[in-house]
Parts: sequence; C-alpha cells; structure tokens
Amino acid sequence: MKTELSLDVDGEPYHLAVDTRMTLLDLLRERLGKMSPKKGCDHGQCGACTVLINGRRALACLALAVAHDGSEVVTADGLAHDGALHPVAQAFLDHDAFQCGYCTPGQICSAVGMLDEFAQGWPSAATIYPASEPELDHDEVAERMSGNLCRCGAYANIVPAVQDAAGQMAPR
Amino acid sequence: MTALHSRAIGRDLLRRDGRLKVTGTAPYAYEGPLGKPAYCHLIQATIARGRVTGMDTTSAQAIDGVITVLTADNAERLASTEDNELAVLQSDEVAFRGQIIGAVIAETSEVARHAAGTVQVTYAQEPHDVELSVDRADLYKPYKINPAYPTDTADGDVAAAMASAPVTLENTYTTAMYHNNPMEPHTTTALWDGSLTMWDSTQGVHSARSVIARVFGFDHEQVRVVCPYVGGGFGSKGTPHAHVVVAVMAARATPGRAVKLALTRQQMFFLTGYRTPTIQKMQLAADRDGHLAAIALDVVEQTSRIKEFAEQTGMPTRSMYAAPNRRTTHRLAALDVPVPTWMRAPGECPGMFGPEVALDELAEQLGLDPIELRIRNEPSVDPDSGRPWSSRNLIACLREGAERFGWAERDPAPGVRRQGDWLVGTGVAASVYPTYRMAVSTATLRYERSRYVVEIGAADLGTGTWTTLPQIAADALGVDVDDVDARIGDTDYPIASVAGGSSGMSTWGSAIVEAARAFRDKFGTDPADGDEAEGSVSPPTGKYAMHAFGAQFVEARVHADTGEIRVPRLLGVFAAGRIINPRTARSQFIGGMTMGLSMALHEQSVLDPRFGHVVNHDFADYHISVCADVGDVQAHWIDEYDPHVNAMGSKGIGEIGIVGTAAAVVNAVHHATGVRVRDLPVTLDKVLAQLTPN
Repeated sequence: MKTELSLDVDGEPYHLAVDTRMTLLDLLRERLGKMSPKKGCDHGQCGACTVLINGRRALACLALAVAHDGSEVVTADGLAHDGALHPVAQAFLDHDAFQCGYCTPGQICSAVGMLDEFAQGWPSAATIYPASEPELDHDEVAERMSGNLCRCGAYANIVPAVQDAAGQMAPR
Repeated sequence: MTALHSRAIGRDLLRRDGRLKVTGTAPYAYEGPLGKPAYCHLIQATIARGRVTGMDTTSAQAIDGVITVLTADNAERLASTEDNELAVLQSDEVAFRGQIIGAVIAETSEVARHAAGTVQVTYAQEPHDVELSVDRADLYKPYKINPAYPTDTADGDVAAAMASAPVTLENTYTTAMYHNNPMEPHTTTALWDGSLTMWDSTQGVHSARSVIARVFGFDHEQVRVVCPYVGGGFGSKGTPHAHVVVAVMAARATPGRAVKLALTRQQMFFLTGYRTPTIQKMQLAADRDGHLAAIALDVVEQTSRIKEFAEQTGMPTRSMYAAPNRRTTHRLAALDVPVPTWMRAPGECPGMFGPEVALDELAEQLGLDPIELRIRNEPSVDPDSGRPWSSRNLIACLREGAERFGWAERDPAPGVRRQGDWLVGTGVAASVYPTYRMAVSTATLRYERSRYVVEIGAADLGTGTWTTLPQIAADALGVDVDDVDARIGDTDYPIASVAGGSSGMSTWGSAIVEAARAFRDKFGTDPADGDEAEGSVSPPTGKYAMHAFGAQFVEARVHADTGEIRVPRLLGVFAAGRIINPRTARSQFIGGMTMGLSMALHEQSVLDPRFGHVVNHDFADYHISVCADVGDVQAHWIDEYDPHVNAMGSKGIGEIGIVGTAAAVVNAVHHATGVRVRDLPVTLDKVLAQLTPN
C-alpha cells in the first residue's frame, strides 16, 4: 500500500508516494539517497540514524515515514551552511570525537538536539536539582548522549566536543 | 635499517576524511549511487543441527516486487567449497542456528524482508550440542592455533615446580562469548556484468577479492572490490563471511543490476563471527620474593563443527614473564555453533585476562606490590623464542603509569576504602601485542599535477589510514605532507594486506617507504608529471622478538548496597614505537581501552543451550559501554625508539589498548571490595553475593 506525503529534507522539498511500511530512515536512504543518517540496528537501540525532525532529535528507524507528512527533517549533512560546518560537527572534528565515522552523523544530530533541550531547561537523569539551572558538566553530557552508541569508543572525546560546541554556540 | 627523518611523522594532524565523516557523506558499502538497485534479504535456519527437507517459496514468489528466491535447490554451484563457512546454499545440511538457507531478491528492501518471512521451511532436526565445558570428553588438540602458532608449548617441569615452590596459585578464569558488533552492519553491494564489482564493508579489499575469486572460480581481473571507508570491523570484517557469497550469487541472478545486502544487527550474531568463550586454567609457582618458578596456562575454547578457528589465547603467556618452567596448551570443542573468528586482539585480549588477574592474586599472597611483582619477572630475552627483544619497555610503562595515576599512595589492603555508599579501589594490569608485518603489500608513488600520490589498496577502519599514510610518504620523500595525496580502499590500487593484527601501518608504510626510495632513485627531486615508482614490503628478518607493551590502571567504585560498578578513571601507558599521528593514535588507544572496559563490565553473548541461539542478539540486550559508562580515559605513551621493527620505527596500536583492561578492572574491583571475580563480565550479582554488609 502506498501513501503520498510531503517532506522537507535538508532544505529541499519532496513530494512522493511511499510504501506505508517504510521507515523514515529507509525513505531517506533508499528513496532519496540521503545517506547521512546511518542504519546501525534498525531497532532504536544504537542512535546511528538520529536526525532532527522539526528541530527535535529523533530515531529515523523508529519513525514511519507516513507519520511525518509535512515534517522538516535535518540530517548531519544538512547542518552545514554555505560550506561551513555546524559548530558541533566542527567540534567533533577538532576533538577527534570519532574513528570509523559510522555513528558520527547520529551523534552530531543528537548533540544538536540535546543542546537545545538543555537550553530549554529539560532535566536529565543526571540532573540533581531539576529546578536549578544545571551546568553542562561531564555527567550531564554523558547521560544525555547515552542513546548514541560508539563501538570505536570515542566517548572520552565526544563529551568535551559537545561541551566545547555548547560554549561556542552559547552567545548566539 | 635506516630510520626515516621525521617531519610529518609525529604531527598531530586532523583526519583527512573528517569532514566527510562529520557530515555523514563518506560513502560506506551500502551508500553508492547506483541507479535502481535490487535488495537481498537472507533466510536463516531455525534449528541448530539437521537438514532442510523442504522450502516452499510459492507465496514469496507471488509477492509483487519479488525478483527471485535463492535456495540450495537453485543456487549456482560454487567452484570451491573447501571453506565450509562459505559453501553457502550448496547442500541441505544445517550446522548451526541462523545459518543461511536462502535469500530473497526484490525491488525494495521492505518486499525482500517481508517475502523472506513467508518462506515455509521444513527440517529433519537432529540433536545439537552447543555447550562448552572443561570436562567434555571430545576436547581435541588443534593442529595449530591462529594464525599458525604451535598449539602447545612446554619448558622444564611445571608440575615439579608447583609441588616444590613455597607459593603457588591455581585458579580457573573464564571470558565470555563476545560479538565484534562494528556500528556499520556487514554490508555488500554487488554488481555483475560479466565481471564483478563489490562495494563490500571489508578490512581488506584484496583479500576479499582473492577469497571471492576462489569461491566462484573467477580470475582476479574479473573482480573489483571497493571500500574506501569501513564503519568499524574489529576483526569481523577481516575476511568475507557467507553473506558476501550470497550477495555475489544474487548479483549474478540479476545481471546488470546492483544488489544490496545489508545484514540486520540480529543476523550479525550468527553470521559474522565472534570471540570464543575461553576457560583458562592458570598455574603460578614463585619463591617468597615473587620470582616465578613456573607459569602455565591451559585453555579450553570452542569452534564450530564446520570450520576450525583456534584462538591463540595462550600466546602472551609464552612471552610475557620469565620463569624456568612453563607450559601452554589449547584444547577445542567443535560444537553446533556459528563460526568464531578474529575479534580485536584475538589471543592477547582473552589471554591476558586470566594471567593478569592471577598475578594480582599472587602479589596479594606474597604481600608484594603488583607492579613490583611484574618488574621482578621481566625476561631479558623472549622466553618463547629465545630471541632478543627489538625493544621492551613494559617496566617504563608501569612506572610512568604509576606516577601519572598516583599509585604510590595506594594502600594494598582490599575492601577498606569507603566514600559515602561507594567502595573504592584501584588496579593495574600489563598489556602486550606482537608487532606484525605482513609479507605482501605494494605501493605506487606517482607525481601528478605537481602533487605526490600514493596508491595502495589499504583500509581505514577509523584507524586514520587516510591521514597517516601521507605522513609516512611525505617523510619518505622529504616533502611537505600537504603535497601528498593517498588513494586507498580499491583493488584497482596495488595489493595491500588485510587491516588485521595491528599490522596495517607497519606493512603499508614499509611499502610506501620502499616506493619513495625507488621514486627518488629513478627520478631524483625534480620529477616530471606522470613519473611513478613502486615499492613492496619485505618480510621481517626474524632476528628479534617484536612486541608493543603497555599498562592499564583503573579506579573502580562499587556501590556497597547494590554492587553497581562504576569506573571513573582509566589510564593507559604504552610503549609502541614511534607514534605516527598522536591524535589518531590516542583515539585508537582510548578506543581499545573503552572496549576493554565494555568487555569487563557489560559484554556477554548468552547462548541458549536448548536452541543454540544467542538470545541477547541486539543492542538492547548485548550491552556495550555507552557514554555514561565512561569517565576519564587517558592514554599516554613513552618515547620509544625501535630501529628493528620497520623504517618508521612504529608498532601497531589498534589492539593493545583492549588487552589488559578487563584484568585491570577486575583487579580494581577486588581492591575496592575484597571480592575476587574470575569470570567475565564483572556484574553486580557476582560482587554483591560476596559483599559483607557493614
């Protein structure tokens, strides 16, 4: 069965008919050729497919494409503007916060979404006093980034990269 | 050997492929633009042993979008079925649960997967046997252990030393079954148009080509394998597994049209190899000063019934410490289980668990500091081969690590430091990894539009090859690194060895140095456009025992009421020759240590004996360390000069980081709690049962 839908992906509009079984991840990768979000588990367990849907981080493998008609989707590729890397992507590069690179686009989208959540005062399990304004310390970042697995073990570089990017993004 | 003058080598350079990776635009094996590919989904056996008696594909064939269904009845006959793992769809026999018994090729991935689920399979099931134990009557002695070492070694008389020494230890340690689980699932895109092009996620394009050519009876010239980026491998992508053969069969069933086959995460637990569980009986005998009189390790592990892989778990014990009486043995059980393979530091990783925990226990028995115990048993030559060390700086690693970690203030008494609800302890273990150089690799160096271009069919698994090969070439040519380009990951480039055994940089770099010498000899320093020269690696002389060494230090905190284990600090110091790029090297070291932490605390593939099935076959249940599990991880290295290893003076660094880490964690947990866990992983139930309430 096919259903028509419209999507904006990395600033480009798409209108197409999709198999109702199709996940957003497969739509992006197999229909649109947008390979930036990765398939690591297809079960929402690894975070490699993380994209931003209407500004919120989401697992594209757990999103049915037909449920996101009219949405705006941004992948790690779409975070770059006019040839300049997004500050989070630049910080990952500067801190060597990856090796094989397969989890990296998901990590970066997740970090972008997470920093926005943090800025809006969302607490995490590492937040001791949710009513206060927590600092973006190691434990806060590590907790909030734990939905994104990295088998190369770059976590010790990912946390400072995210903190660094947060510092650079703060004045904006 | 003339060492290179280092200008580019040793520089902290950003990854050249970094920009592609942070935007997600580096093309992995599934991701090439290929028009309208077909999709392949595998059908797997649901019994662990027996025969397929029937496969009804009628309903699958009837589904709109299904192109064809491959089974043992219609799949092409392979030219070589010598390797049973790769002899896929050649018979009705089932040798392990999850084995490939068919495949659906369809217009979309959804249709392929749906149709695969509709195929009705009947079996003649036979009783299976998947349980490894130390007292099995059918344990056998393999002819050799991976890759080609003697199965057993013996010097002196261990039994006599055990009977007469004042201090002895005899314990059994176990490591679990582990799955490599690179983040990028094993994937092959294959296109057949009279010749074969494979975009395969592999650690070696040339070795993948050679295996596939043999299995199908192709000439090498008929096969091109492309893999510029690998989303992790850790050994499981070191050689093609059965699904790659199916991808090629599928491509040949749809000539002119590419077929994509990506394993699901669940399928990887059956089809892409794993580390065998090991049972390690360890014996140590020592005098009261801690000098070893005997060291022995008897290993029992598993392999599959259809293909032998004998993990070389006893290898590090052969070389690590001095002792006049020594023994290592390996015995295998051939079970109805999937085929085991290489996983990061095969041999050394599990094989430094039992011994390094045993040394910690011996140190405690002796009332001796565990670092001092290791220093007292430093061998002057390699005890295994009798050859001198090309360099051995284990003691320097231990001392520098102790200094950086703050070991000197350590109170050796276990279970006496409590901070709030947490029991705190520290532990240490040593690491070793051989410095391999493969026999075959060739690089081409060409002057092209005022730039130097290195071409070699090497791989970058995240190891930094894209960045480090130009560094080596720049120094070998005496030019600026920014004037050098590398092209890798394609069999159109000269032959390169597989990225395994931490040998990549030593092997490919040596070939590049030879190519640069040949280039300068032929064309001097003012080459013309298009000038090119080739160079190849030469085998090691065999005069020296060549190894990298290291030491890991761990702080563990164990919750006094729940037994929860946290590791806030992990520090490693390594002696690994000259470091080509400190940035990518540090990532490899901390990555290895993080995987070692994961092995220590989380990882375990649970095989259900009733079904021969790894029940926790996904990331929800097979836990690997996540960001919140990892605290301060530091890697340092000593300034080591080794003129014997290769022209760069470098040793492999991809695997040593994992080697001693799990033992250091176990030793730290013991120091925190007084509880000695000898079976990995160290989970809270194993600690809590023995924690004394206070």
